[in-house]
Amino acid sequence: MKDLTFSTLVAVFEEVFGRGLFWMMVAAAALITLGYLYVLLRDRAVSWKKFLLAQLSMPVGAVLAVWFVMVMTESHLSDLGGPVDIIVFLAVAAVGAVGMAILVYTLESLLGSTRTKRAPEG
Amino acid sequence: MERRQFLSLALGGGAATLAAAGRPAEAAPVRTSARIVIIGAGAAGTALANRLTRRLDGAQITIIDPRQQHLYQPGLSLVAAGLKPSSYVVSDTAQWLPSGVTWLPERVAAVDAEAKTVATEGGQMLPYDWLVVASGLLLDHDAIEGFSLDMVGENGLGALYAGPEHAARTWAAASKFIEEGGTALFTRPATEMKCAGAPLKHAFLIDDIARRAGSASKTNMVYLAPQGVLFSVPIVAEKVRMLIGERGIDTQFNQTLKSIDAGARRATFTSETGGETEMDYDYLQVIPPQRAPDFVRQSGLSWADRWVDQGWIEVDPATLRHRRYPEIFAVGDIAGVPKGKTAASVKWQVPVVEDHLVGAIEGREGSQTYNGYTSCPLITRVGRAMLVEFDYQNNLTPSFPGIIAPLEELWISWLMKEVALKATYNAMLRGRA
Repeated sequence: MKDLTFSTLVAVFEEVFGRGLFWMMVAAAALITLGYLYVLLRDRAVSWKKFLLAQLSMPVGAVLAVWFVMVMTESHLSDLGGPVDIIVFLAVAAVGAVGMAILVYTLESLLGSTRTKRAPEG
Repeated sequence: MERRQFLSLALGGGAATLAAAGRPAEAAPVRTSARIVIIGAGAAGTALANRLTRRLDGAQITIIDPRQQHLYQPGLSLVAAGLKPSSYVVSDTAQWLPSGVTWLPERVAAVDAEAKTVATEGGQMLPYDWLVVASGLLLDHDAIEGFSLDMVGENGLGALYAGPEHAARTWAAASKFIEEGGTALFTRPATEMKCAGAPLKHAFLIDDIARRAGSASKTNMVYLAPQGVLFSVPIVAEKVRMLIGERGIDTQFNQTLKSIDAGARRATFTSETGGETEMDYDYLQVIPPQRAPDFVRQSGLSWADRWVDQGWIEVDPATLRHRRYPEIFAVGDIAGVPKGKTAASVKWQVPVVEDHLVGAIEGREGSQTYNGYTSCPLITRVGRAMLVEFDYQNNLTPSFPGIIAPLEELWISWLMKEVALKATYNAMLRGRA
């Protein structure tokens, strides 16, 4: 690998997921992030009640992300061979967990649930 | 710099790194009316054409190649193991060529290095000021007696180098073998060859897929090489010897495939001393001798005292400039250098040729040199590979020292081969990597 630029990186990801799926995922991630920022600005506070559910969903996100990468790259857990593999694996799981937490928090804020719909806690 | 960029990205460095990773400002194009002819629109010719159009203003660049299809050859190993469809390696030649370059879809008949002209089989005569030969090489399937390409896919015959359709038919033959069991013979030629790791990858992949299919007990695998070692780089050869031993693949050295009897499924091998050995097979991977195209040898561009049966072009190994005709360069498989008939080599060779060519047009000496770098993501099973990188001196030259160990079977190296390599290759074709 001689040099790595932003356009190379985009090309790599287009190759991984296919152009359509990749840009759909980028759009989805952008929408969710915007939604998250919107509810933060709207509520002017982080609701720890909402965060409880968000945090509980994090392991689910981690597992889903790992499963997705493994299927997309025809890999298995037993293929992890060295420290760098573990780091990549954990990074995938971490990204999945954080992404899921943001998604759940945002959805709960936008759609609401009986548990968290009452006035914000003090 | 690029390594650090990669590391910080890999470790989650994120957007700040990306923003800082912009390309350095490019020098203003050099004004010239030079006539440049590039023979071959494969990986090397296409990448160079794209780079030259950005570096030169007013040059008349002609690229000669009759092939309408561009092949991503590093993908053939994946097609031949059923991991990708044949369409994975095929694209249109035209889509990669820059505007401003004239594409002449003809075959080259001869180069006259004294008169500085290239003649095509269609009868055109192109004068040049600078010539870059990136013609690639010939797979000499006819050299294997009793074998022809139309047999591939039937009777247990595979030939993954021959192209996308043949790689797909190779997988048809290999998967039938995995189902039914028997003896598989994996061969390689005595000549220099494209990606010397590919025959090993194929053996490792077929073995792995057979194991997963539960066929290990009824399959017997033999790897036969004309050489006395498994890989030309000693430290890699030892590692491969250990791996292939662990996998229970037999090895036989000093055996060159001479002929086959396709009906009887029997292959004949010769040894250096001339002795012949016959072996029955249920699956045979044929990788034929590889040589320079006829026009190269007939035009007097080849080495006179090295690789005389193969005809690679006589270039300085550091600059890739012809040793007798300074206005000629050779890049890619056709270059007569001791290592590196791979896309990774092309990636490192092309900027060197660009530097010396543009320098010569400007009336200065180029400063970049090629150290023989090549790389091979040596797949050892579906999901794992060793990223092997080395130079002319057989030194390991790891791109990510301390992170991606060169002789370790890693998942990340597989991800690179399976996922990142084609995108990087495409970026290289466009002259952007």
